[in-house]
Amino acid sequence: MNISLNITETIQEWLMSMMPEGVASIAAMVTVALIYLIIFAVAGLYLVLLERRVAAWFQLRIGPNRVGPLGLLQTMADALKLVSKELTGTIKADKFLYNLAPYFVIVSSLMALAVFPFTKEFQAFDINIGIFFLIAISSIGVIGILLGGWSSNNKFALIGAMRSGVQTISYELSVGLSLLTMIVITGSLQLSEIVEVQKQGWLILQGHVPAIIAFMVYMIAGTAETNRAPFDMVEAESELGAGFHTEYSGMKFAYFFLAEFINMFIIAAIATTVFFGAWLSPFGITESLPWLGVFWFLGKTLILVFLMMWFRWTFPRLRVDQLLTLEWKYLLPINLINILIMAIIVWLNLTIKF
Amino acid sequence: MEKYIFYILSFIIIAFAVASVSSRKMLRSVIYLLFVLCGIAGIYFLIDYNFLAAIQLTVYAGGIIVLIIFSVLLVHHIEMELEMAKVSRKILTGLLCALGLGVFLYTIYTNDFNVIENNITTSTAHIGSKLLSYDTGGFILPFEVVSVLLLAAMIGAIVIAKGRKLTDKNEEAL
Repeated sequence: MNISLNITETIQEWLMSMMPEGVASIAAMVTVALIYLIIFAVAGLYLVLLERRVAAWFQLRIGPNRVGPLGLLQTMADALKLVSKELTGTIKADKFLYNLAPYFVIVSSLMALAVFPFTKEFQAFDINIGIFFLIAISSIGVIGILLGGWSSNNKFALIGAMRSGVQTISYELSVGLSLLTMIVITGSLQLSEIVEVQKQGWLILQGHVPAIIAFMVYMIAGTAETNRAPFDMVEAESELGAGFHTEYSGMKFAYFFLAEFINMFIIAAIATTVFFGAWLSPFGITESLPWLGVFWFLGKTLILVFLMMWFRWTFPRLRVDQLLTLEWKYLLPINLINILIMAIIVWLNLTIKF
Repeated sequence: MEKYIFYILSFIIIAFAVASVSSRKMLRSVIYLLFVLCGIAGIYFLIDYNFLAAIQLTVYAGGIIVLIIFSVLLVHHIEMELEMAKVSRKILTGLLCALGLGVFLYTIYTNDFNVIENNITTSTAHIGSKLLSYDTGGFILPFEVVSVLLLAAMIGAIVIAKGRKLTDKNEEAL
């Protein structure tokens, strides 16, 4: 069985056969973009459902189980309800920025989705600075949150936005540095090459002790960057209502909500790519069937997503000062020392290779 | 294809640059500035210099714009608008801008540009080894100077942020 998943090329060749070159390349771009939009929407909706089922499981409830078989259509129904809702806003809000803000958040997470290697071929954009591109893109999303909070003309929203800004700027450092630790082993930023290196063992095994420390730091900082509990200072219900999206309703709220879940997926997908060998199967058991890579990639990613949901329903929320202490006094020094250790290990050839 | 993308990008850059200086709401002009910077990153992507494009996005869009937004959020209320400048000032600024643009365009149109075919994508490894090489064409000296400058800036920021130590004498003065 040989399924070609090289989407950009397959689509382009197929379109080339029926229209002139210029039109075909534009049509191919549009088609690939549409495919990713659909992945985005479906993944977002089902992650929401997964979150609700996991939450229910942790709290000994059943969770959504009425709409469709096993409640699988619940979030679809919710999305339809949100589409039909009225778009409200505050008086004296800066309407232009207020309407623009959700798109910042959603576009930045969509752009990040394009670079992941779901299999060897299923990758829309294999840019030669892969990881760095992801870090660059993820730093833009926070602008949407800041704008949304400010232009709502609501004090709770503004405080939520400011907290989010502080949090994202601080934890971005740890995310970047922990990924950099792994780049020391791979020697390349390109995601396809990072996967190539991992054919000799996943990086978390190759780099043993410092890699595990880097993974822990990455998961903590990643959870903080997606503004999820225990780091959800941004939308702490007891203090701020719903935080920066208090004033948003209907589809615009749904954009923020979807983007949050997609960001969680992105953080887990980066961890999968950098630490757990992306689409590579354990011990190469399905090497002869390359299209199964999608299954492995999504499987590993969903395990990490489940880990993040586990965090959310286990740990109590941090205070702002605890949040900043954790980053600047613990994670950052640990990270810097960890890079040094990793550099020494790579220098002395102490990595484990199979 | 590249030509059209270049024109689209330059139109975006020019339009938003004008919007940025002519908008009377402060945060809106910051956002227009963000679009200008993203457009410039787009041009870097177009000439296949991905590393610089990502630097542009991280440093300018992600860092500097977020800092500017922060300071605007702290000092600026949503209903405030910047006041209009006097007509004489407007004319003076317009003339100065026209002069600057004239010098700029004259230099560009009189200069003979060497058109070279370049299909090599600059890799980060290449940039790194150039940055640390002390052979001819290496950039080790500027690199070190910039490092020292950044270190000095960091120490300075810490000293300023720390302020004076609170002692008993301060209490008395208050």
